[in-house]
Amino acid sequence: MSELSGRFQELLAMMSTSPVLAIVLTLGAFFAGNRLFRLLKHPVWLPPILISAMLVGGVIAVLAIDYRDYREGAQWLVVLLGPATVALGVPLYQQMHHIRAMWRPIVFTLPVAATLAAVYAVVIAALLGASPEVLASLAPKSVTAPIAIGITEQLGGSVSLMMGGLLITGIMATLFVDLLARWLSITDPRILGLALGLNGHAIGTARAFELGPMAGAFASLGMGLTGIFTALILPLAFRLTGIG
Amino acid sequence: MAMLRGFLILTVYFMVGEAVRVLLALPVSGGVIGMILLTLTLMARGTISDSLAGASRALISVLVLLIMPGVVGVFFVADEFAGQWLAVGVALVIGTLLSVLTTLWLMQRFSGQKGESHE
Repeated sequence: MSELSGRFQELLAMMSTSPVLAIVLTLGAFFAGNRLFRLLKHPVWLPPILISAMLVGGVIAVLAIDYRDYREGAQWLVVLLGPATVALGVPLYQQMHHIRAMWRPIVFTLPVAATLAAVYAVVIAALLGASPEVLASLAPKSVTAPIAIGITEQLGGSVSLMMGGLLITGIMATLFVDLLARWLSITDPRILGLALGLNGHAIGTARAFELGPMAGAFASLGMGLTGIFTALILPLAFRLTGIG
Repeated sequence: MAMLRGFLILTVYFMVGEAVRVLLALPVSGGVIGMILLTLTLMARGTISDSLAGASRALISVLVLLIMPGVVGVFFVADEFAGQWLAVGVALVIGTLLSVLTTLWLMQRFSGQKGESHE
């Protein structure tokens, strides 16, 4: 029996040095998360990515796998984030006629709202005494992950904390867009979509596609433009203000 | 095969984006530069191949899968930021409430001026 458990330890050690376990875990959790999400009837407060991440977190905690080992193995998947970011240019091109039709409100809203999305969070956190590293991790909170990772690395923040902030922001944005739109009696899918993509990045965009293709298109647009704008402005702003 | 051709185009644009970033020392990630270059190319050409459209749809649909390994890390950084979770939580929740409110208000204001009969 003890011999078997010794071999089991050996197996775990072998598995954690190979990327296969991390890839199987990540893919398995991705599908399980989506299925649970459907079984729970699409709860707004519990998006599939949170379910999947909790499943992976639970499994590696139970198997006593070091998070860094898991992340190193999963790097095989994360490499695809580069091409995935480039791929966002395709919906941007496909929706160019929508952008042209709504150019005025978008041009007036986007730079202000995207800047304030970062400013609100950084100012509140700074007032509550957060460290510069935490501020750098919070600043890109409304930016889609592949772009946000690059921004955080340049600002000197923690990618893990930034990812957590991104996740919470995405969930909060979907909740608040639902609530505030009702309060302000806004029903225009273009406005709802843009607000979801601008503030809630990929999570908000997924929610917008549930509202309809028009909202989804504007969410992709809001997500893409916020990503570009923030990636251009934030590193400069941090350099000028000397926070980072 | 068609999908792989689209994937090749996306990866080449990513590579070019990275090269531009390093050569010009830009503060933007290579993926973003590649995305801008791709959008500009498509606008100039005015058409998109099925393989590129298919590959990009496929990659965007698994975005959640690609960012998940990073999200898992949030459960394991607790000790790194001990004592700052309150600041982080308040900043995220209140900050997002304010920024959603700002976005909705601005969009309603600027699109409403063109006339409510629009919808």
